[in-house]
Amino acid sequence: MDKETKKVLFEPLVDNNPITLQVLGVCSALAVTSQMSTSLIMAMALTSVTACSSAAISAVRNHAPSSIRIIVQMIIIASLVIVVDQILKAFAFEISKKLSVFVGLIITNCIVMGRAEAYAMKNPPLQSFIDGIGNGLGYSLILVMVAFFRETLGSGKLLGFDVLPLVKDGGWYVPNGMMLLPPSAFFIIGLIIWGFRTWKPKQVEHNEFKILSIAHGEGGHH
Amino acid sequence: MEAYISLFVKAVFIENLALSFFLGMCTFLAVSKKISTAMGLGIAVMVVQTLTVPANNFIYQTLLKEDALAWLGITGVDLSFLSLLSCIGMIAALVQILEMTLDKFFPALYHALGIFLPLITVNCAILAGSLFMIERDYNFTESAVYGIGSGFGWALAITVMAGVREKLKYSDIPAALQGLGITFITAGLMSLGFMAFSGIQL
Repeated sequence: MDKETKKVLFEPLVDNNPITLQVLGVCSALAVTSQMSTSLIMAMALTSVTACSSAAISAVRNHAPSSIRIIVQMIIIASLVIVVDQILKAFAFEISKKLSVFVGLIITNCIVMGRAEAYAMKNPPLQSFIDGIGNGLGYSLILVMVAFFRETLGSGKLLGFDVLPLVKDGGWYVPNGMMLLPPSAFFIIGLIIWGFRTWKPKQVEHNEFKILSIAHGEGGHH
Repeated sequence: MEAYISLFVKAVFIENLALSFFLGMCTFLAVSKKISTAMGLGIAVMVVQTLTVPANNFIYQTLLKEDALAWLGITGVDLSFLSLLSCIGMIAALVQILEMTLDKFFPALYHALGIFLPLITVNCAILAGSLFMIERDYNFTESAVYGIGSGFGWALAITVMAGVREKLKYSDIPAALQGLGITFITAGLMSLGFMAFSGIQL
């Protein structure tokens, strides 16, 4: 693997993460993460749609006039999502019921559109495919992290296996019910962003206003 | 009548698209810095949602649903797998038509909403409204009520969020938490507030 490919593939994981830095595709990241199994399936579905749509859009980029490019992109993406949706319904019906509308919402997931516009329109198919995989993995990373905390702390299980023995089964762990509710997803992503930005200070946003601190010993004496 | 009122209240508060289903989050986070722009976008979403949900319901009920083509004498055809494509097509087309109509007949409103209208096509709250309508099998009147309610709920959430953020910019926040981080935590607290409604039995 040459250097360029590596950069395209791994940069979206932390340095240019679609969720924590580009603020793309947040909706589904929050909604499907109360269980690990649903988030893994969602991550796989999104990664494959992003990769395939980027490759397909990049392949037609020189033939589609720019005035109708959004419609072309939409149709390619929507068709791919229909394929994924039908596959899930056929082979993983239970999980597809749990994901409910969120598989369909991959169409309007900004990661897919965002990568199509920002990368696939300017680069050859193979690289766009890799870029799609990279961004899909960046999204998956956050999804898996959030789901890990929500499922273990919320129900004491991970992928259905007991990790923390619950009090009601004779163990010691009292599950935190709030972890299964929507607000906790916001808090966890907020904290993940905090962590990422402490680790990589380059990503910090600067405030328009700054609170001035008054140094000790100055003023007040005269 | 009572059923419709409770559906409306449910769509606005209990099943708020932004705060309990996390839909339209990208725009919710990006466009909530100022109350005036947030309100403009909220109104635009409400208008589009009110139009698209019933329109998609009509198409779904008369063309795509299992055995829906019976009025043409065709039975045993189930085109519901096409609903994703038809929903997004309908939304894109309606947004385009709405934009042109506003430009021609209500220029003042067009300028107020102008920049937000094209953005709405890719707002997942809009598509989700239609998909929820299909999943829950609403009839035409229910879908109209649900469209208005869910749009209003989203508009309410983004306006409140913008109000909080306008005050928040004067506060002293740890450097790494500034911007997106604190916005997420604020949204979490708001969502916690909206959870209080979920105890209401309708």
